[in-house]
Amino acid sequence: MAITREQVLHVAKLAHLDLTVEEVDRFREQLSAILDAVSKVSELDLADVPPTSHPLELVNVWRDDEPSPSLPLDDVFANAPERDGDFFRVPPTGEVREP
Amino acid sequence: MSRAPIDTLRLTAEEALGLLERKEVSARELWDAYRAAIDARDEELHCFLTHVDEPNGEGVPIALKDVIGTKGIETTAGSKILKGFVPVYDSTVARRCKDAGLATLGKTNTDEFAMGSSTENSAFGPSRNPWDPSRVPGGSGGGSAAAVAGGLAPWALGSDTGGSIKQPAALCGIVGLRPTYGTVSRYGIVAFASSLDQVGPTTKTVRDCALLYRIIAGRDPNDSTTADVPAVELPEREDLKGVRVGVPRQMVEAEGIEPGVRDAFERTLELARELGAEVGECELPLSVEYGLPCYYLVAPAEASSNLSRYDGVRYGLRAPDAGYHEMVMRTRDEGFGDEPKRRIMLGTYALSAGYYEAYYGQAQKVRTVIRREHADAFERFDVLVSPTSPTVAFELGAKTQDPLAMYANDLLTIPSCMAGLPGLNVPCGLSEGLPVGLQLIGPQFAENTLFAVGHALERAIGFDYVPKRLR
Amino acid sequence: MTEWEPVIGLEIHVHLKTRTKMFCACEVVYSDPPNSHTCPVCLAHPGALPVPNLLAIEHTVKLGLALGCEIATRALFHRKNYFYPDNPKGYQISQYDVPLCGRGVFVVPKPGGDQQVGITRAHLEEDAAKNVHIGGAGGRIGGSAHTNVDFNRGGTPLLEIVTEPDLRSADDAKRFLQLLRQTIVELGISDAEMEKGTLRADANVSVRKRGEAGYRTRTELKNMNSFNFIARGMQAEIERQIGVWEAGGEVVQQTFDFDAASGALTPRRSKEEAEDYRYFPEPDLVPVEPGDQLVERARAAVPELPGTRLRRLEAELDFDLAEGLVTSGRDRLYARTPGDRRAVANVLMNELAGKGIDPEAVDGDELGKLVGARASLPRPVFAEAIARSGDEGFRAEPYLAEVAVTDVGELGPLIDTILAANPGQVAAFRGGKDGLLGFFVGQVMKETGGKADPRAVNELLRAKLAG
Ligand SMILES: [Mg+2]
Ligand SMILES: [Zn+2]
Repeated sequence: MAITREQVLHVAKLAHLDLTVEEVDRFREQLSAILDAVSKVSELDLADVPPTSHPLELVNVWRDDEPSPSLPLDDVFANAPERDGDFFRVPPTGEVREP
Repeated sequence: MSRAPIDTLRLTAEEALGLLERKEVSARELWDAYRAAIDARDEELHCFLTHVDEPNGEGVPIALKDVIGTKGIETTAGSKILKGFVPVYDSTVARRCKDAGLATLGKTNTDEFAMGSSTENSAFGPSRNPWDPSRVPGGSGGGSAAAVAGGLAPWALGSDTGGSIKQPAALCGIVGLRPTYGTVSRYGIVAFASSLDQVGPTTKTVRDCALLYRIIAGRDPNDSTTADVPAVELPEREDLKGVRVGVPRQMVEAEGIEPGVRDAFERTLELARELGAEVGECELPLSVEYGLPCYYLVAPAEASSNLSRYDGVRYGLRAPDAGYHEMVMRTRDEGFGDEPKRRIMLGTYALSAGYYEAYYGQAQKVRTVIRREHADAFERFDVLVSPTSPTVAFELGAKTQDPLAMYANDLLTIPSCMAGLPGLNVPCGLSEGLPVGLQLIGPQFAENTLFAVGHALERAIGFDYVPKRLR
Repeated sequence: MTEWEPVIGLEIHVHLKTRTKMFCACEVVYSDPPNSHTCPVCLAHPGALPVPNLLAIEHTVKLGLALGCEIATRALFHRKNYFYPDNPKGYQISQYDVPLCGRGVFVVPKPGGDQQVGITRAHLEEDAAKNVHIGGAGGRIGGSAHTNVDFNRGGTPLLEIVTEPDLRSADDAKRFLQLLRQTIVELGISDAEMEKGTLRADANVSVRKRGEAGYRTRTELKNMNSFNFIARGMQAEIERQIGVWEAGGEVVQQTFDFDAASGALTPRRSKEEAEDYRYFPEPDLVPVEPGDQLVERARAAVPELPGTRLRRLEAELDFDLAEGLVTSGRDRLYARTPGDRRAVANVLMNELAGKGIDPEAVDGDELGKLVGARASLPRPVFAEAIARSGDEGFRAEPYLAEVAVTDVGELGPLIDTILAANPGQVAAFRGGKDGLLGFFVGQVMKETGGKADPRAVNELLRAKLAG
């Protein structure tokens, strides 16, 4: 199942990967080969088989609404690439102001 | 105190515990012995990404795979995107090790985000196999396996998504347990594929394995996907009387199994019979045929989502750029290596509109089929056995150009992972002078059975886990 | 214009009232310094895992029952994948094809009869963090210096309610929302205050010719943060769409922000391509099976709903007054306040509402005494009594004693003195300056300390000035 350059670029955009031209070509080839191999799953007629999203048959795991301490600010920002006061600072999103 | 020097190559964790209990050595002496072994051999083997200078416990030292989050100790998951990242909290398993007094020797090398079967995908360079440094130690937990096999740590923790504990243990000639999904907390473990990831021990013996599993297993309120675990029993049995051992025909007949691997496996089956096991054949046709493709849809899909948090905002690498989205795209392009990128792309594609049903949705149904086939097999058998890896350790670089060839390493370990079942690797002989691993698969929560059978076989096989060149 | 029929569906987000966040034990507090209520889970540190808040699940089931929804026997959480600074994991945990609450019908009483509004679903999810755009101008941040992120709100429990496109006017939509809000408040699951952003509504709006089958292209109105803005925003959009169609044009699918100050609809910058959220079951969580126990416990905690009470009240009041009492949460006080029904209702809607008094704090019997004596009390005294009526241990008696001065014998000499002291104004009034009456009333009220009955003063003044 060959995938196109456009599909590679679309997927890269969804995944937020700024691929180089070389990477796009290489991944197109490799992904096509891998997709070829994994497409094998569609050979099976599994219309009546329920999906397994989890190997463990657990249900209803939750916690009570009891607070526990949050992190001290030093820990919150310990690994932060950029900090502005007590905010995480990022480049502008380029979109309309939110409420 | 002048006693015989501690032979870290030979000493089991259980023996080390005994030495400490009987006060024949101090915790410091034990620590220093392993640090000396690391100084002597880690330059060649490159098992560790981070060394710890001072012990944080009074017990037996331990090495932790670098996907296991450790408060105050850099945790990179073998990725440039997390270089310099120091967690502000301990993973539950790291905490349990600390509570048991285990002192962290350091963080071991791994394929980037545990994606790989040779440790060659580490952003910080590959690890090497103590039996032959021109060969890979397997992966992704190659660092942990090589550290234990090379005497650099008495035991270690790894993580296994599709074989990353069992396969490196096989290639390095040691014991490795991938526990039942849900028995060991994933809290604080850098996630690869959430419905598959499990942390487990890498040790010299099955009894060490049970001892370490006992420390780390159990329900964790911080991980919604953990369950209560039956009490762990240290194995003592020496025979296999009444144990029903199933041999999945499609696994032993699979393409690509090296003759030497097959021979070692056959000899082990013979030993099992001699110990009193009832050995019979069983069938896992769809699991073997569709397990690998199923895995390479499910795991990348979950990974594509799990790795979205590496966006350069709160921690980790940040590439400079004028806009937020451009910054994230550049950060991820610079921070991730080829394998994570490939799997993120594959997984994103498998989940995207128009493809979900054919790929991810269908793979989840295949997963049900795999579970059912295994459940059927366990109606008749207590354990299933196969070789762990189709091959012995291969040369560095042999498969790096061909992702599909690399993925094929996991053919035999993947099906039981998809079904959430426990699997134990026990070294079962040599082929071309390199270790061959036996894979034991049990039903959910049957770790005690695996330990009992593995222990009996281990005794009968008499494999010497010290690499020949280091004896 | 009447040949056009609006078609409106709503999407409502409600902040659930819990002490902790949806998937971590950080306290929910909005007023504290940024990022002071965060942890590895809500900051999406490597390895952190979600554990759901049971109370949020119970709240959701309660609301589902109140909206007549089917409660799922097995609900799943899904991941919704997209990149944004306020979305730290790169995915939002939400619900997708199996929400906790499935189809339901919410009955909204209207003057002419009940309106059945179909509920498509109600589900549980986590809120995004807060982006603060720094340095932008004109509401846009195209040229802004940077964006700051505060994760305190990130991960707080959010209930999303989606209706069928069953509403046929902006007023109907407003009426639905007001009753829904009151229901949510009475269930005790949220403060649901639009001004504070704990209730937010988006609307999908289209129009079609009456009798036409199917729907035309719809637009989305975002961020409407008061009931009046909502009605105005929708009305403006309905009129715009009708204009477009009547001019032979075509309505294009887009999203608008409604600016309440200017009444303008500002289109959002359209994304270059359709979103693809790649929903899949959240593998870090297990399914929720509410089961009979949880559902029955929630059912027992659902009180009589405001819609039902509204229908009952309508028997003794006109619809508007009944609706006003119920949707403002004053009808329970109304029920326990004795006296003339209409007089009580009016006092509750006008006087009490104006003073912002919590109706639940008011003693109905004492209030009833005030309402009964209203005609004979000086206005300032009555107003003061109402203002105190929510106080702990409030008693009407002290105020009732201050009956108004209506006695002409007492007022007469006073008025004479005032007129004598202001000959100029008296002359001006007699010369035609009617407006000066207020001046004289004011003087009398001042001299009597506000105790004079204004009506009696008025009559007496007119008589004396005419004479
Ligand atoms: Mg939503
Ligand atoms: Zn938190």
